[in-house]
Amino acid sequence: MSERLLPTPSHTIGPFYGHALPFPGGGEVAPQGHSEAITLHGYVFDGAGNVIPDALLDFWQAAPDGSLNGAPGSMRRDPSTGGFLGRNGVDFTGFGRVATDADGQYALRTLPPGNAGLPYISVCVFARGLVHHLFTRAYLTDGADPLLDSLPADRRATLIAAEGTNRTYRFDIRLQGEGETVFLEFQ
Amino acid sequence: MALTQSDIDVEIKDLRDAYDKAVAGGAPVRNHPSRDYPPYRSSLLRHPKQPLVAVDGGDPETVELSGPVFGVTDITEHDSDLTIQHRGEPIGERMTVSGRLLDRDGRPVRGQLIEIWQANAAGRYAHLREQHPAPLDPNFTGVGRTLTDDQGRYRFTTIKPGPYPWGNHMNAWRPAHIHFSVFGTAFTQRLITQMYFPSDPLFRYDPILQSVTDQAARDRLIATYQHDLSQPEFSMGYEWDIVLDGPSATWIEEGRPA
Ligand SMILES: [Fe+3]
Repeated sequence: MSERLLPTPSHTIGPFYGHALPFPGGGEVAPQGHSEAITLHGYVFDGAGNVIPDALLDFWQAAPDGSLNGAPGSMRRDPSTGGFLGRNGVDFTGFGRVATDADGQYALRTLPPGNAGLPYISVCVFARGLVHHLFTRAYLTDGADPLLDSLPADRRATLIAAEGTNRTYRFDIRLQGEGETVFLEFQ
Repeated sequence: MALTQSDIDVEIKDLRDAYDKAVAGGAPVRNHPSRDYPPYRSSLLRHPKQPLVAVDGGDPETVELSGPVFGVTDITEHDSDLTIQHRGEPIGERMTVSGRLLDRDGRPVRGQLIEIWQANAAGRYAHLREQHPAPLDPNFTGVGRTLTDDQGRYRFTTIKPGPYPWGNHMNAWRPAHIHFSVFGTAFTQRLITQMYFPSDPLFRYDPILQSVTDQAARDRLIATYQHDLSQPEFSMGYEWDIVLDGPSATWIEEGRPA
């Protein structure tokens, strides 16, 4: 094995990404009008229990058939105007991106993930003040799972979205303090 | 009373000395900043206090070992040239920023999305919440994106951003930088970071750069002036390679002994 290169360090996303990273339809991963669409939604909180209005969430998940191949076209653009066209309404890209609003809330409309084992949506959290992003998982149901089973009950609960009416799932993210979300490290 | 720069300098030095001492005593080198970095005040309430939970990357079905893909529909030709996105040319020192996107084994990461954003030459972002009383440039938005090529290379044409003040403490100024958002072949390789310019006098005063306590790691955030990349009568050249951390499913497969 050759010598491994040293990684480029992470930095905070800062406060001024709003005109650069979010894009129209970033949270509309499900093809428009799809009857199976679900909504994952919630708030992002800091260690004082205040909402974070300047967090950016990236989402990645398996397609309903379990495919992890993804598809391009999440941020499809118009070559004539340079503006955003939106997704094509047909392909499922598996990728979503939503900035929290002034109330610290986000919403992602997507299709149920079909990954092996317990279904979950992977979440990557960025925010001003967060110098290195955080990974977590929104599980859509409780059940046997190697990660969940390795956690004490109160911590396990932070990874399980609460099912509401009309195919909605509430998943809050707490960066610090009471009810702090379980964040993950991949090895 | 507002914190002064010298208050922050003392905190930065203490944390750096503590880190250097720990490494000298055998502690591992830290390639990334510590999420709890008090000199950067916004980090105080925004970092978890519980340790991260390790997920075993040995299972190729782990969703995060794959990642989103992007293609030609996600960009336009104009997206990588930030100087032609408006009717006129932006004010400032025109430059080319180019480099390679690599994984830790030195392999090029091909066809992946790189997004950048930056202040204009006066240090002002084209962002509504930005309050620095420096002029906006009607010919500069400061946002670009591109896909890496078959060698993992990216290339942007832009102008050199200016330093700008921020509210961390009294007289806080950010060294000039470009924000980079990068995808690898796996979600675990996701990276958002900032690229700096050589010999900026503000480096030592900046708690965001100094949150990376390892000197060699900080140095990896600084681009190199590359004369061969400079274009005659046109632009200055800066080279900056990006190395992605984290496992991926392809790494596990290709890394397996034959
Ligand atoms: Fe900035």
